[in-house]
Amino acid sequence: MTPTGQEILVRVRDLRFAFGPRVIYDGVDIDIPRGKVTAIMGPSGTGKTTLLRLIGGQWRPQSGTVEFDGADVHKQSRSQLFELRKRMGMLFQNGALLTDLTVFENVAFPLREHSDLPDSMIRDVVLMKLEAVGLRGAADLYPEQISGGMSRRVALARAVALEPALVMYDEPFTGQDPISMGVLMRLIRTLNEALGLTSILVSHDVEEVLSISDYAYVIAGGKVLAHGTPEAIRTSESPMVRQFLDGKPDGPVPFHYKAARDYAADLLGDAAA
Amino acid sequence: MRLLGIISEFLRGLGEATLFLFTMIAALPAALLRPRLVAQQLYMIGVLSLIIVAISGSFIGMVLALQGYRTLAQFGASSALGVVVAFGVIRELGPVVTALLFAGRAGSSLAAEIGLMKATDQLSGMEMMAVDPIKRVIAPRFLAGIIAMPLLASIFALMAIGVAGGHLVGVEVLGVDDGSYWSQIHSGLHPHDIFESLIKSFVFGVAVNWIALYQGYHAAPTSEGVSRATTSTVVVSSLAILALDFILTAFMFR
Repeated sequence: MTPTGQEILVRVRDLRFAFGPRVIYDGVDIDIPRGKVTAIMGPSGTGKTTLLRLIGGQWRPQSGTVEFDGADVHKQSRSQLFELRKRMGMLFQNGALLTDLTVFENVAFPLREHSDLPDSMIRDVVLMKLEAVGLRGAADLYPEQISGGMSRRVALARAVALEPALVMYDEPFTGQDPISMGVLMRLIRTLNEALGLTSILVSHDVEEVLSISDYAYVIAGGKVLAHGTPEAIRTSESPMVRQFLDGKPDGPVPFHYKAARDYAADLLGDAAA
Repeated sequence: MRLLGIISEFLRGLGEATLFLFTMIAALPAALLRPRLVAQQLYMIGVLSLIIVAISGSFIGMVLALQGYRTLAQFGASSALGVVVAFGVIRELGPVVTALLFAGRAGSSLAAEIGLMKATDQLSGMEMMAVDPIKRVIAPRFLAGIIAMPLLASIFALMAIGVAGGHLVGVEVLGVDDGSYWSQIHSGLHPHDIFESLIKSFVFGVAVNWIALYQGYHAAPTSEGVSRATTSTVVVSSLAILALDFILTAFMFR
């Protein structure tokens, strides 16, 4: 079931990106189907967050294209790019709430910046978004007064404040207790349905992510290892995908970071030579 | 070879900082349209620096009066104490000391604040919300800083010459005649002295805010990066203030 044509909101083609000598993506094709929750999974350090920043146009690839709703993200002027971003919401790993504003003002922030809505209407919208994430009661608190899980829910309310077409979640479950993880999972799924969103979910929490996504990609070593429905990924035979899904410490993805010298030579130094 | 590397690195940094300055200046009209944001920053940067500036001004004025009186009394010219204090404060100490205090009080906190906002993804978060952090965060602070600096320097001078400092020690304690204290200032000091003093404090204000905001915005997003940005803000600003003071003074006394 590879989605085609109009059904695709974000289309990544032959993407290459490197930090200096370190290649993060080496020719990657990804399609994000409209209206679905798509998971991007992979070991830490494979550049999952980088992918979101490339889609959001914060970073520029060395080659390849990223299209959002038909527009090449990296060929836009700054103001055009900002117009595109109004239709994208992004949830950063730590929430990235503005620490000098209350929870209420954080959610109101994009509305105040981008709309001429009167205060009373902004208030209604913000309270509705906060109610949706269950934090209307925390409206007057500051970010340092709420827990990490709550911060992410506030950030989620803020990300959907402008009713975007796309929401990108960067590791939303990392460091969450089971309850807040469950809350976030349900929220991601229900908001996607209720608001008609398209969601990209970047994570390495395999089971949780597969249980709420419609489509999934597994990325490692700068390449797409596998993609398909959660069912297809779960039953994949590829040794690398299996290693990742089953959490085996060693396999095609080596346990040891590549060393320049042989272990014995390193320990014994020149005596071995 | 190593020296060449250091020089090219320095030039690269200078070029980057200059570009940053132009970006900030280009964003100033956007800041003017958001007077509330500028007012908030004027409070944070200006009003909260008031006490340290006023107290320092008083002490510097008092010291100048003590030192000046000793020398002047030897020649029976102690009635000229007012103008000595006023020249020292308005031409040099007012702008320079205020700017040094400003770098330590406001500059360091600006750099730390912006650096932390960067480290906690607040700036990227804004960018992803299609809000330009240069316009929303940097420009209002820059504008507030360059408005605050000349005002703070003026308050410093007022405290040093009249309200507490020189007047308190010279007239109230050492017994210089009140009338001659003020009339000497009145006849000795010209409007262009005050104008040049304001120009100095304006230039220092631009320099300190530019350095602080640049250091914060380009800080490495780690705790070490933020601490380094704060330190370099104070060090680089202080050196810049003293060097600029020399250059400006040389031009003004041609």
